[in-house]
Amino acid sequence: MIVNRKPLTFWERLYLPAIAGGLKVTLRHAFGSLFGGKTVTMEYPEQKWTVPADYRGAPYLVKDQDGNTKCVSCQLCEFVCPPKAIRITPPGPAGRIADRPNAEKMPAEFEINMLRCIYCGLCQEVCPEEAIFLLKDYSLTGQSRNEMIYNKEKLLALGGTHGGIQKWKHKLEEAKAQENFPVKI
Amino acid sequence: MDWNFIIFSVVKVAVVIGAVLTMVAYAVLAERKISAWIQDRVGPNRCAPPFARYIPFVGTFLTRIGFFQPMADGLKAFLKEDFMPAGVRKVYFWLAPALSIIPAMLVVAVIPFGSQIGAQKMVIADLNVGILYTFGIVSLGVYGIVLAGYAANSKYPFLGGIRSSAQMISYEISMGMSVIPVLLIAGNLNLSRIIGWQTDHGWLILYAPVSFVIFLVSSFAETNRLPFDLPEAETELVGGYHTEYSSMKFALFFLAEYSNMIASSGMMVTLFFGGWTLPFWGLDHPAASLAMGLVQVLVFLAKMLLFMALFIWVRWMFPRFRYDQLMDLGWRRFVPLALANILVTAVILWIKS
Repeated sequence: MIVNRKPLTFWERLYLPAIAGGLKVTLRHAFGSLFGGKTVTMEYPEQKWTVPADYRGAPYLVKDQDGNTKCVSCQLCEFVCPPKAIRITPPGPAGRIADRPNAEKMPAEFEINMLRCIYCGLCQEVCPEEAIFLLKDYSLTGQSRNEMIYNKEKLLALGGTHGGIQKWKHKLEEAKAQENFPVKI
Repeated sequence: MDWNFIIFSVVKVAVVIGAVLTMVAYAVLAERKISAWIQDRVGPNRCAPPFARYIPFVGTFLTRIGFFQPMADGLKAFLKEDFMPAGVRKVYFWLAPALSIIPAMLVVAVIPFGSQIGAQKMVIADLNVGILYTFGIVSLGVYGIVLAGYAANSKYPFLGGIRSSAQMISYEISMGMSVIPVLLIAGNLNLSRIIGWQTDHGWLILYAPVSFVIFLVSSFAETNRLPFDLPEAETELVGGYHTEYSSMKFALFFLAEYSNMIASSGMMVTLFFGGWTLPFWGLDHPAASLAMGLVQVLVFLAKMLLFMALFIWVRWMFPRFRYDQLMDLGWRRFVPLALANILVTAVILWIKS
């Protein structure tokens, strides 16, 4: 197909109508944003964007619906973490026993260095206990590097409660049922 | 020696320079705000000193319109490190910012910004060759830019300097020739008398519209504003002739650009739009009372601010001209048009007489 290029008319060559058109467009936008409130700017700290449903924010520890820590200090997340942001101190052989029934151990300390974390989500994927989740927080600030290393207490407080299957509760019930089953009769 | 004259001149110079510098600071704010509105943004609306929110009624509003932004900008310009790259030509490097701001300020001296307050004429220098003086001084402005480009010893400022010398010299010709019909009609070179002529006969825009168009476009080119901002084409030349400058030296170039805008707005108002006069409420004759004198100064300022707004508005609407298009427009369109304009005006005046 051949499209003929039309020669410019006198008006078009004069350039002035195009200028008037341009001034009209810019004026419309100026009035729109001045009086119509049609600005596209999001004034950030006051207005915040809606985070997408599958957004990967900062990783936090969660509790179950009974308020127990879910983490059992298996250290899989620490091993899988690509930037080595997670550091878990296990309780050790003589450590404190877990704060909920039927769990062998709990982390004595659980630290995530938020300056190292890359929000990849591997810790969440690898966790057998569903104890660590990437939540929606994206704007973590602090005044020092030390402040950006979040400890267990802080992570649990930020993580909140995450309901769902309580794996160890069922195991406990099963175990109890087994104890009761044939032998006791 | 007339001490009265000296004292009043010094006062007028101080007031005018203060006013021009303030207007420059707020012109930068206006530039940022208007560009924001045109591009559907909000512009600077955060900067505020701690006491701003204690100002009754208007405190928040002032912050929202960015009233305190120019102060922060100025403070920043003063406090930044004044960095001088190795290999610059030091004397010229120091000289260039001064050479670009001084002409910009000097032009303001001959523009009548009011009739009179008391017995004082509201013009710093009521020269009989006002327009010639203006063109003489304006053409000095190019040296600052060329020197800045040369002194920086770096290719982008150098290209900016070359472009600006060609551009400003080309457009000075059409600018100068566009004013000649105005002079023919008004029959005077003194800017105050040109205003006086306009009170009797009506604004000169009615007599010389072609002159006005050429003058307007040429003054865009002379002040290096878009669509003719080739000397400082950010997308092509990093920052243009002032790429290597920082701190207050850079701020001086900035001030020069905006004072040039103010000066050429003032010239357009004076030459084509009756200066400080308005054709009603008796505003078109030299003021008898103090209040009337002040109102006339305000009228002049208002007209000038309209032109400043036009300068800014046009900047955020136009793409930049290509270099050859710029030269084509200057030499092959405006110079012949201005010459024809002179000829036609002269013939009409000859027939009338």
